[in-house]
Amino acid sequence: MRTYHQLTDPDRSGLADQIGAQRKRVAERLAAVQRIVAVMSGKGGVGKSYVTAHLARGLARAGRSVGVLDADLNGPTIPALLGNRDVRRTTHENPGPTTGTDGVKYISMGQFLDEGAPLAFAGPAAESFVWRGAMEASALREFLGDVEWGDLEVLLLDLPPGVQRYIELCDILGNPPAVLTVTIPTPESRDAVRRAMRAAVDHGSDLLGIVENMVGGELKGTAGDDLAAEFAIPVVARIPWHPTADTWDQLGARISGARRTTDEAR
Amino acid sequence: MKFLCVECDQQMAFAERELPGDGTLAATFKCPKCGRVVAMLTNPMETQLVSSLGVEIGGRTVPAEPFEMIRTNVVTGGLAWSSDAQERLSRVPSFVRGMVKKIYADYAKERGITEITPALMDTARAELGLEGM
Repeated sequence: MRTYHQLTDPDRSGLADQIGAQRKRVAERLAAVQRIVAVMSGKGGVGKSYVTAHLARGLARAGRSVGVLDADLNGPTIPALLGNRDVRRTTHENPGPTTGTDGVKYISMGQFLDEGAPLAFAGPAAESFVWRGAMEASALREFLGDVEWGDLEVLLLDLPPGVQRYIELCDILGNPPAVLTVTIPTPESRDAVRRAMRAAVDHGSDLLGIVENMVGGELKGTAGDDLAAEFAIPVVARIPWHPTADTWDQLGARISGARRTTDEAR
Repeated sequence: MKFLCVECDQQMAFAERELPGDGTLAATFKCPKCGRVVAMLTNPMETQLVSSLGVEIGGRTVPAEPFEMIRTNVVTGGLAWSSDAQERLSRVPSFVRGMVKKIYADYAKERGITEITPALMDTARAELGLEGM
């Protein structure tokens, strides 16, 4: 009896071709985006979304066209951080991104959910763990492939804690995105963030730098410097508890510089 | 996934796909040599897994629309219940009311219906075999 790979007749389902078409759609949509930067951390509660939103605003104030994709599907906060919560839905009739504060364009699952409602999918409840992850990856793919971003200089991807969404992203994009890492000063954060950064290195991402957030308060430690030394990348910002617009503008300028440095290195 | 007609040692070709509306899927495959037909039947969880990948068994007949998966699978409060439908639902015993409500909501959502009315409930009840709900 022949085995799977010995059956080579054309398959009308063409599942591989359908997956290929999905990848092509993402690639075509993002062709006008000059730079994709994933803002990630292995740890929750370090301020990834806060940093993402304010970095985006800083870049926008500097005259750059910026988009934010809220990839934290289960805990979307970008609509609250960038305003315009009243814009209910991006739909197939209106697949453009929402324009938020300072002209930052964004898309978020928060725009699709009722106030306070969890992300839930229609489908059989039993053993939903089998398919839920794939559903979330599909939602991420649709955000990347279906939103009409237009010409963007930077698209920031606000990732949830951990590395799962980052790995999905690498798979969907086909190329690993550049990574900006956020940590707080504590050793516990350093240890969790280190794992995420190693995953990013293993997948081939450029590490743009480290943002050390919540500096100067009760949280003690040297996570930013420790990780910078270990991965030979700069601490691009130390964000105090009460940052000003200048804080974010300077971070934006440094990220732009990091981009040039990376491109020159190539 | 491929199907082999062992007797003919031939790869079977996709013939037809059916969605009975209860979350299951039936796909039939035919041997091009002897004409034998077999059916692949998936349970709701297996059907959902295929759906979650954004692909269709048997191939797409129309191109994917923007946000197709999100629009059809993410649960939102966009579904309206008419006052008559709400009244009828209130007569369902409370210990199963949530489950019954979800059945009707899923039925409407699968068909792109945005308002549940008594007429729709009758149709769903007949199609899904939910006499008494």
